[in-house]
This record gives sequence, C-alpha cells and structure tokens, in this order.
Amino acid sequence: MHSNLEANHNPTMNILVCISHVPDTTAKINFTADGTSLDPAGVQFVINPYDEFGLTKALHLKEAQGGSITVINVGPVTTEPTLRKALAIGADKAVRIDATPMDAITVAKELKNHIEANSYDVIICGQESIDYNGQQVPAMLAAMLRLPFANACVGLSIQNSTATATSEIDGGHATYEATLPMVIGGKKGLVEEKDLRIPNMRGIMSARTKPLEVVASSENGGLTYAVAFKKPAGKAEVKMVDADNVDELVRLLHEEAKAI
Amino acid sequence: MSIVVFVEDWNGAYKKASYEAVGYGKNWASMIGAKVIAVTSSEAPAAELASYGADHCIQISLGQTAMGIAGQLEALSADALGVVIAGTSLGRSVAPALAAIKESALSTNTISLPLGTSPLHVKRGAFSSKGIETIELSGASPIISFVPNSIGFENANGEGVMESQEIASTELLQVVGTEVASGKVALPEAEAVVSAGRGLKGPENWGMIEELAEVLGAATACSKPVSDVGWRPHSEHVGQTGIQVNPNLYIAIGISGAIQHLAGVSASKTIVVVNTDPEAPFFKAADYGIVGDAFEVVPKLVNALRAFKAAS
Ligand SMILES: Cc1cc2nc3c(=O)[nH]c(=O)nc-3n(C[C@H](O)[C@H](O)[C@H](O)COP(=O)(O)OP(=O)(O)OC[C@H]3O[C@@H](n4cnc5c(N)ncnc54)[C@H](O)[C@@H]3O)c2cc1C
Ligand SMILES: Nc1ncnc2c1ncn2[C@@H]1O[C@H](COP(=O)(O)O)[C@@H](O)[C@H]1O
Repeated sequence: MHSNLEANHNPTMNILVCISHVPDTTAKINFTADGTSLDPAGVQFVINPYDEFGLTKALHLKEAQGGSITVINVGPVTTEPTLRKALAIGADKAVRIDATPMDAITVAKELKNHIEANSYDVIICGQESIDYNGQQVPAMLAAMLRLPFANACVGLSIQNSTATATSEIDGGHATYEATLPMVIGGKKGLVEEKDLRIPNMRGIMSARTKPLEVVASSENGGLTYAVAFKKPAGKAEVKMVDADNVDELVRLLHEEAKAI
Repeated sequence: MSIVVFVEDWNGAYKKASYEAVGYGKNWASMIGAKVIAVTSSEAPAAELASYGADHCIQISLGQTAMGIAGQLEALSADALGVVIAGTSLGRSVAPALAAIKESALSTNTISLPLGTSPLHVKRGAFSSKGIETIELSGASPIISFVPNSIGFENANGEGVMESQEIASTELLQVVGTEVASGKVALPEAEAVVSAGRGLKGPENWGMIEELAEVLGAATACSKPVSDVGWRPHSEHVGQTGIQVNPNLYIAIGISGAIQHLAGVSASKTIVVVNTDPEAPFFKAADYGIVGDAFEVVPKLVNALRAFKAAS
C-alpha cells in the first residue's frame, strides 16, 4: 500500500519562485540628487520579504512531494547576491535575466518569455515588492500566460495536478481550485514566520556550486517611467494629552483634527 | 471619448471606494473633455453613481475572479482614454491583469489626481510611504489604481440611467468557497482604524480594542508580532509586510512604532498613540499622544467617546 505522500510524490514538479531584490525593511531611503532614482549608497538589499514566504513554501512543497525549485530575478548583476542567498536557503537553480527593467510590465514580459521556454507547474510570486509597492507583476504574468491566478495567497496545497489556493479578500477569504500550472501572489500565511529559513553553512557552501544562469534580456522600453521621487513632508510635533484627561483628546480629535 | 471606471459593490450596494473611483474618473475626464462610464454588476440605482460624476452606467454580470473581470473590462474599455480602478483587494488584481491584456501603462498605489494629462503624471506611494514618486504613464488607455480614501470625493446631484449589457467572462479557476466576516469594516478602506500591539499582553485583552473600534465605526488591526503568535488573524497585520492603511484616524495602542510598522500606517491623516513608554518611537510619528497604561486609558476613552457620540 502506498502512503498518501508517496502517491502524490512528483519528482518532476517544477517550481519557479520569482524574487525581487529590495532595500532591507529598516533601510533609510534617500534619492539621488536629481531625484529620479533611489540612492543605493549605504542601503542593504535583501530578498523581498513576501518572496521569502514563497521560497519557503516552495521548499515545503518539494520536501513533501519532490520536484525542483528555480529562483528567478529580472535585474542587473548587482542582484546576484540575493539569488545566491535563495540558493543557500535551498533553491536548486537560479536564473537572472540581465536587464534593468523600467516597469512591472517589462518585468512580467521577461518572466513570461522565460516561463514559455521552460515548463513550470507552479509560479510563486510575492504579493508585492516592498520597494516600488507595485503589486503588479504577478497578475500581469498570469494574464499574459493565461494562467489561473490567486493573489494575496495565504494557503496553497497541491494534489497531483490540482492546486487549492486560499486568498485574502476584503473582509475574509476565498478558496480556489485550479489545474496547474498556476500563478500565485503570496504572503505570510503561505507559511508562517517561524518556518522561514536562514542559510546555514552547508547551504552557503553548496550555493557556490549551484547553477546561476544569466539570460539575455528580450524586451526593452516600458510604459511608465519615474519622473521624480520625493520624501514625504515631515510631521508636526506631537501634541501630548494627559492620561487622566481623555476628554481633551476627544475634543482635539473633533475640533482640531476633524477626525471624529 | 470616455474614462471607464470599475465600480465594485458589497452585497449589492456600491462600495465607498467605488464612489471615490467615479469621482476620480470625473476629475480626470473633465481635464480631457471625456465622459465617465461606470461599469458595475450591482443593480443599485444609477443615480447614486451619477451623483459622483458618472455620465453612463453599464450593468453587466461580472465574472467571479479578477481574470474574468479584467477580460470583461477590456471589452468595455477598448476605445477608452483611460480606466480607473480603486485599489481594493479585488481592484489590486484586476488592474494589473487588465494592464497586461490591454498593454496599457498602469499606476498602482496612486495618491493624487492627474497632475497633468499630456503627458499623464500622477503621484504614487513608493518605498512603503518613505517616498512619493511622480510617475509618467505613456501609451493609449492608461490605467490608474488609487489608494482608497486618499483622494476624497464630492457628492452632487445627478440622474443616471443604467444600461444592461452582456459580456461573457472567461474564468481560469474555480471559486470553491468564500467566507466573509459579516459586519466588519474592511481594513484597507476603513476611515478609522484601532490597532494594538504586544503591549496588550495577550489575546484575551482585545475586548476593549474591539469596543473602541465599535464606538468609532473603525476596523481593528494589529502589529506583526501579534499576528505571528496568533493573538489576532494575519488579515489584521498592518505595516510594511502587512496591509497598508491610510485612514483619517489611526489609533495605535501598545505598539512601539518600529520602522516597519510605520511604513504601513504613516500615511494616515491623524495618528493617536497610547503607550506606557514616553520614549516609544511611535510618538515621533504621532499627532496626539498619551503616555499611559492601555488598560486604564482605553476604557476611559471608550466612555468619553460614547458620551461625545451621545451628545452630538
Ligand atoms: C522583515 C521585517 C518586516 C516587518 N514588518 C512588519 C510589519 O509589517 N508590521 C509590523 O507591525 N511590524 C513589522 N516588523 C516587526 C517590527 O520590527 C517590530 O518588531 C514590531 O512592529 C513590534 O511590534 P509591537 O510594537 O506590537 O511590539 P513591541 O515592540 O514589543 O512594543 C510593545 C509596546 O507596547 C508598549 N506597552 C507595554 N505595555 C503597555 C501597556 N500596558 N499600555 C500601553 N503600552 C504598553 C511598550 O512600551 C512598547 O512600546 C517587521 C520586522 C521585520 C524584520
Ligand atoms: N525584477 C523582478 N524579478 C523577478 N521577480 C519580480 C521582479 N519584480 C517583481 N517580481 C515578483 O513580483 C512580485 C510582486 O512585485 P511587484 O509587482 O513589483 O510589487 C514580487 O514579490 C516578485 O515575486
């Protein structure tokens, strides 16, 4: 008799995890003197936090059912340490599409070209990159590939060629069923915080010899472009209210802030 | 010559963000001399949309998923000069899907009306509210998806006519179930948010937070560690890696104000912080602050607000 796990063992399951390379969450953000781009000086870059959940989910899927994990980034050579880190965490192979994309639609097209030339069963993206806060690439990719799509995905299970995905929707959750391949835009819940892995020494050593393939860009141009970046205006000094005088807070919220 | 606006409903009634979307469309359309076409699956009166600026209202049976809806909007926006979609959880999937199908420029997380229309420039939040980007959208039929509650809108009088159309939707996945907490204010669109952190000590202490939220008609939220340990559901986690909110009023109770938390809430118009520690970094980002114990301050605040509501 086969166990459930064996029956569902799928050594050929190909998982793609799309990774964006973003400033660390604690980074102080500055812009270049001409205001048209991020000033990377002193900024540490990391795997986009949403993609860490996706990568860990991919490891769980592989551990339970077999398969292989490719991580991909569309970006210049400076993103390679981020891909190496994903390899150290446990991905099998990395691909970098050598481009400095202008906008999400260009990223999605590059990813689409790669996906069409290879075959993947699940394409895991994060819901959002915390740099430009686009929330665009995953849905664009799904639409371009005409594949089923679950955004804000907080649960994913796969049985043979059927995926069941749970998404956050306004005020609750929706559950979807789809035939693979499918694209997800994942977030915390896909796996839990405590499940996230940090590279260990063995992982770091083996990452050095895992393949990191560099592919030439196949798209150019774009439809949007950054004219200027500014920092938001600073806040005025906080007004302190005595803990024994909450009526004063209610008055200020009503009369001054017009918030109630 | 039209701007197409996607109008979402909630149990048949138009969402507040949808009125804002129509108002956005109206402002944009008047800059370029176009008409506003509102597309909805609701059968609520067209006059309600007209009063925010819709010139035509089209009622269709919308698809069940973002992909299905994006396909229908493509058909309806073939000659549109632009499309407006509120950044609700559905809108945030529909807008990029539509942009990909139409090959249109898209600005998400938009926080301003068009600054100019040739070329089309808008402002959008970037770097988790640590930056504001002015973005240029080129090409035909650009799409603007804005942050709910960031634009504001005006209500006027208008009469609208609803025209029914049929456009099939192609669904790529099957919805096998939805579960929605009834009566709850959806966080991304809430006008007021009451949020609490580790300072509350345990999940059993959220009763007073819910009470405060109820008096204010607010949604409840929490810091990341609170949802990580399961005191509150993930869906309440706000911040850089959670939901980003920009209500008129954000009340933070027992939250230290770490940079990652602030990244998701600092766009709120008025911020109130209650914390025992006068050095808590959150006070630097606040408009009003109370140094005090949540277990004493929150019940008092609930009473004071009840009295205020009763008197006004
Ligand atoms: C990659 C990454 C992403 C992150 N993303 C997010 C995110 O999206 N959102 C987020 O919130 N965090 C995020 N964090 C975590 C963040 O750094 C902080 O750890 C977190 O916000 C702290 O939560 P807290 O304020 O509830 O808890 P604490 O920092 O423990 O603060 C508790 C506060 O409560 C006060 N307090 C204690 N008792 C009382 C009382 N009786 N009454 C009133 N006040 C009291 C204390 O003075 C203290 O200021 C992220 C971290 C990382 C590394
Ligand atoms: N340059 C990129 N290379 C690879 N994947 C990306 C890239 N940009 C975005 N993604 C993926 O798309 C998700 C959402 O990103 P965005 O649409 O930029 O907010 C990310 O979490 C990644 O999974």
